[in-house]
Amino acid sequence: MPKKVSLMGLCLAAAMLLSYVETLIPPLVAFPGIKAGLANIVVIFALWRFGFKEASLISFSRIILCTLIFGNFVSFWYSLCGATLSLIVMALLKKTEKFSVIGVSIAGGVMHNVGQILIAIFILGSRAVLSFLPALIIFGAVSGVAIGTLSALLIKKLEKTKFY
Amino acid sequence: MPHRLYRDMQVAMNKKRNDLILLLSIVLVTALVLIVFHFLKTDGATVTVTKNGEKYATYPLMQDAEIKLSGAQGHATLIIEDGQAYIKDASCSDKLCIKQGKINKNGETIVCLPNKLVITVNSDDDPAVIS
Repeated sequence: MPKKVSLMGLCLAAAMLLSYVETLIPPLVAFPGIKAGLANIVVIFALWRFGFKEASLISFSRIILCTLIFGNFVSFWYSLCGATLSLIVMALLKKTEKFSVIGVSIAGGVMHNVGQILIAIFILGSRAVLSFLPALIIFGAVSGVAIGTLSALLIKKLEKTKFY
Repeated sequence: MPHRLYRDMQVAMNKKRNDLILLLSIVLVTALVLIVFHFLKTDGATVTVTKNGEKYATYPLMQDAEIKLSGAQGHATLIIEDGQAYIKDASCSDKLCIKQGKINKNGETIVCLPNKLVITVNSDDDPAVIS
């Protein structure tokens, strides 16, 4: 048990580091909150290695810690809403066992952006942001392929590794 | 056990096929929606500025103007020129509102998240200018 906790801690540290690296990359799309979602690599890894509960714990701890270190109150709600929606959908898709890591990651990327639009409607009090949705869905799907490929590689490489 | 290996391979291939179906359907549906909306777009008559979720002001697109807006993080300058609206400069942290470019069709929007400003093109019959 303590060993599992330490591996989860390692995951959390890696996720935070990836979030930080991502803040250094200039935004590709003219809409804030749209990122490749590098930290999602760790979340997907945790989803496969541990399960839904542990992956959620890592994801939410990362959001809270990253908000405290280099985020702000507004970005917190965007991250939280996107992460929650994407985690739930990814866990459900994984459970069907009909999709590989990449398919699950695509759905996660898309739902992350959908979640951000939903919270943007709420925060800005305007449905106008919906016009960004198509572009964001495409972008989420594309980044989902990339993140999923990396995650699948990581899961496969570390499958036989005993951390303890 | 060659049989098990064969079955595992088949399962993996099925998953790959499902992944591809998922990706293609997402892209296709979104592209279809985009195309349909593109053809439904009509030229707008006015721009409406929403600040903090509340309607702030409406300006006619026909009339060139330079409007100073103040948002949650400072100012933004909205320019109306040749029937198009855009943000010229802003004091927000990411400047993405400037990158979003010019808008003139109904429903087109510029969003500035840090400043909590939303600028939308619409077609009100009589734009009531509040300033």
